[in-house]
Amino acid sequence: MPTAPARHNRSLDWVTVLIYLLMVGLGWVSVYAASYSPDMPSTGSLFGNLSFQELMAYDWFKQILWIGTAIVLIVVLVVIDYKAYDTFAFALYGGMIVLLIITPFIARPIGGSRSWLELGPMRLQPAEFAKFVTALAVSRFMAGINLRQQNFRDQAVLAGLTLLPPVLILAANETGQALVFAAFLLAYFREGMSPLILVIMAAAAIILILALLVPKLWLVVAFTVVLGLVFLFNRKALRHHLPLSLSVWAVVIGMVFGVDFFFNNVLQPHQRKRIEVLINPSADPLGVGWNVTQSKIAIGSGGFDGKGFLQGTQTKFDFVPAQSTDFIFCTIGEEWGWLGCTTVIILFIVLLWRILYVAERQKSVFGRTYGYCVASIMFFHFAVNIGMTIGLAPVVGIPLPFFSYGGSSLWSFTTLLFILLGIDAYRKQDLER
Amino acid sequence: MAIFLAVALTFGARLFYIQVLDGSYKLAADRNTLQRIVQVPYRGLIYDRKGQLLVQNTPVYDLMVVPREVKQLDTLRFCELLQLPLEEVREGLKVARTFSRVKASPLVQNLSTAELATIQDNLMDFPGFTIKARMARSYRTENMAHALGYVGSITPKLLESERFAKYMPGDFVGVNGLESFYETQLMGRRGVQYKMVNVRGIEKGAFRNGEFDTLSVAGQDLHTSIDIELQKYGEMLMKNKRGYIVAIEPKTGEILAMVSAPAYEPSILTGKGMGNRYMALQNDTTKPLFNRPLMAKYSPGSVFKVVNELVALQMGVVTPQTGFDCNWKLVRCTHRHEYPSNVGIAIKQSCNPYFYQVMRAAVMRGRSTNRFEDSRLGLADWRRKVMAFGLGDKLGVDIRSEIGGLVPSPEYYDKRLKTRRWNYKTVYSLSIGQGELSVTGLQMANIMATVANRGWYYTPHFVRRIGNGGPLPQFTERHTVGVDPRHFEAIIPGMQAVVDGRGGTGENASLLDVGISVAGKTGTVQNYHGEDHATFAAFAPAEDPKIAVAVFIENAGFGGSSAAPMASLIMEKYLRGKVAPWRHRWEDWLQSPAERFIRRRRH
Repeated sequence: MPTAPARHNRSLDWVTVLIYLLMVGLGWVSVYAASYSPDMPSTGSLFGNLSFQELMAYDWFKQILWIGTAIVLIVVLVVIDYKAYDTFAFALYGGMIVLLIITPFIARPIGGSRSWLELGPMRLQPAEFAKFVTALAVSRFMAGINLRQQNFRDQAVLAGLTLLPPVLILAANETGQALVFAAFLLAYFREGMSPLILVIMAAAAIILILALLVPKLWLVVAFTVVLGLVFLFNRKALRHHLPLSLSVWAVVIGMVFGVDFFFNNVLQPHQRKRIEVLINPSADPLGVGWNVTQSKIAIGSGGFDGKGFLQGTQTKFDFVPAQSTDFIFCTIGEEWGWLGCTTVIILFIVLLWRILYVAERQKSVFGRTYGYCVASIMFFHFAVNIGMTIGLAPVVGIPLPFFSYGGSSLWSFTTLLFILLGIDAYRKQDLER
Repeated sequence: MAIFLAVALTFGARLFYIQVLDGSYKLAADRNTLQRIVQVPYRGLIYDRKGQLLVQNTPVYDLMVVPREVKQLDTLRFCELLQLPLEEVREGLKVARTFSRVKASPLVQNLSTAELATIQDNLMDFPGFTIKARMARSYRTENMAHALGYVGSITPKLLESERFAKYMPGDFVGVNGLESFYETQLMGRRGVQYKMVNVRGIEKGAFRNGEFDTLSVAGQDLHTSIDIELQKYGEMLMKNKRGYIVAIEPKTGEILAMVSAPAYEPSILTGKGMGNRYMALQNDTTKPLFNRPLMAKYSPGSVFKVVNELVALQMGVVTPQTGFDCNWKLVRCTHRHEYPSNVGIAIKQSCNPYFYQVMRAAVMRGRSTNRFEDSRLGLADWRRKVMAFGLGDKLGVDIRSEIGGLVPSPEYYDKRLKTRRWNYKTVYSLSIGQGELSVTGLQMANIMATVANRGWYYTPHFVRRIGNGGPLPQFTERHTVGVDPRHFEAIIPGMQAVVDGRGGTGENASLLDVGISVAGKTGTVQNYHGEDHATFAAFAPAEDPKIAVAVFIENAGFGGSSAAPMASLIMEKYLRGKVAPWRHRWEDWLQSPAERFIRRRRH
């Protein structure tokens, strides 16, 4: 990873800020395009002669308010002494856990889940904020333990810290937001977690997908043949690792047959449908497959350079659902084409690269771990959100950072990012003391 | 970082594929938003020869449903409102859901204005249901269903054919009859509008300001030659029977009436429940859907003797003064009668042995010393001359279901008998219009039209004017049958004697009491499955014919007793516009079932 030369004190990382502003700006343009209605009375000016109440019906107008408040938030975050994050990390975490526990009891059900808190005219989703709070807590915890020793008790506490929020979020029926916590694994990997865990998880995922696609008997035969071949060409392995190999084989076979049970009994019907649709989108083109099919049609019809600003027909005429929030990428794809999509992807990659760069130049474990958590969470959102719009990932309701409409997500990602920049700005100070 | 890059590259490649390489998403996007709205033009009207409107268009309404928008349906109240059984509504909704959850599909079709009125006010309580208006056929007549045909949804099979390349599923198309034959003219030209629609199918304006739109052109009206009063009269007379009446104006070939019995009302094949009613007609054992004058294979019986004689006269093998023995050893004659010393007596008495010998003279001409070969050559030549009368092949009337009938060729007998060794004795039945010979009702009437014209005919047709133009060009082409007018003059007095002479077989058809001379020929068609069929063909007035008519009544026995009076009523009705009061009792009597006419065996 790149390392940075020492720079002057108390300075924000302006590259990141620039990328952030660019993304939020492009995001607002996209939200405007997505929530723009050809029916809206046009008087030449942006707001027309609509009253505040009327304007509040449009996502793009509300997004202006969200962006404005986010900038206030940034100022607050940068002004706060970085020590505060370190000090209050666990306290914040505790508060968050309490909030997550009580949310389902005080929230009104919206879209099938009780995860939105209503504060006057605003709606907030605590799960959004659980991300940076958890990131702070685990970074704080990592800073306090000896990473080299891989103490089992520490690992268990770390796992508990990471798993508690998603379990509570799952209880509120927000599967997408809970899945985001898987991103922490990427960060732990940097801090010395055995790559074996990632490999095993990837292997497990591949086996699960294979088990859904390929007849089970073939898989059993294939795995058995592989095992046999390994023993045939490596007699040593037969002698030393027979029990281990056989138990791996048994687990794999068990998984193959367990998939059906998991698929049919553990997953809820709508989740099952989403996975079925991922495997075969044309299975139910007007039902659950609708979102994915229409999303792909919208993006696919954009062509190389798109249909032009506000010229998208699929997004304008409501063929794509949730187009200003989770499916905002469709508007970009349809109106700006492949060039626009690629630009957005490059922006994300540059941002992620910059976050890792900033993380690596931190002198404290706390700062570095936190940086990695930020990058991992952002990456997870980026990968799953865009993946689902182009049919590479199941439909999971998580927003595209800085682009999707919504106050909670914009605030949460802004907080996530600017806490890191705050810590980064003070890192020299830390050294000088 | 490597993972980030890998994912980003995957996305970039995937996006490049679906956005730039794969064009199918662009098509899908157009399918989504571009709605092709076909404007169905006003279908042409159909009139009778006196300008009476027969077929018109009236608005009907389809109840459409968008399954996704149906919310908390009060099924019981809904069924009550539509007056439909619960199962039918449930089944209909299921079909609609299978078709599409977001697109409208018809739940109940062909609601009348009255039915709509009861539903419309309450429809607000049932979200997801809408009314769509369209034009459907309605009829100002209860008759002529066979010739008119009907209009129905296009079938998948038709859609595949070249003729209907421009049609879409769900389009309506003429089925059978004139509606089908003149589909192109009646249909007009469809207009197309391209509209942009949103996900709920709500219009969002024209596509590119309508530069691809076309206007619809209304269909052309059909002015038929049918006299609807005569048609109605004929259908009334044919009640309770099976058979046909065909009446033609000889000078023009225009069909004045064409009755197929049993008949049905054209309005049966319109409106709500049309499918069920069609199936009921289809399953009816009396086959009301079968258009008998164009599709039934009947032998012409003795009517054919006229053609036989004309062909022989033209060949010069007989003269009008030729006499032949009524020799019962050759073929049984119809009854005992005076010696047929000339063609007049032979026709009047319908003498079977006489015409046996006439045809033998025409066929066995000594072209070969071999008896079998002579028969073959003779039959082939004879057949060619008979077919010139428009027999053995479709006449080409403006209804597609017409069949051609059969004038058997030598090869036909070879195949049938599996030998070439047959002679005139095998085929003599043809001479008296029996055996393998089959002739449609239209051909029967056309024979009379040809005789009336003394040697020529126009292809019989229903439509005399299309829109403001004339008939189709093929109906203005005169066909001559290759027989000199003098030969017709030679036999017409005999045909007059059939009707107007004392003891003629068709004396019941005489209209001399109202000053009309009728020339005709009776026929009794042998039927091995039941009672013989009665037939009579005639034209009138004999000296200046204005109508030629053929009547065929299944299982009614002797042609002179039922078919002849029916033909005379038709001719009188057409020529005088009314029927003499003393014949009114016939009208009642003729409506009886066929078995009432069987009294004695006479030919």
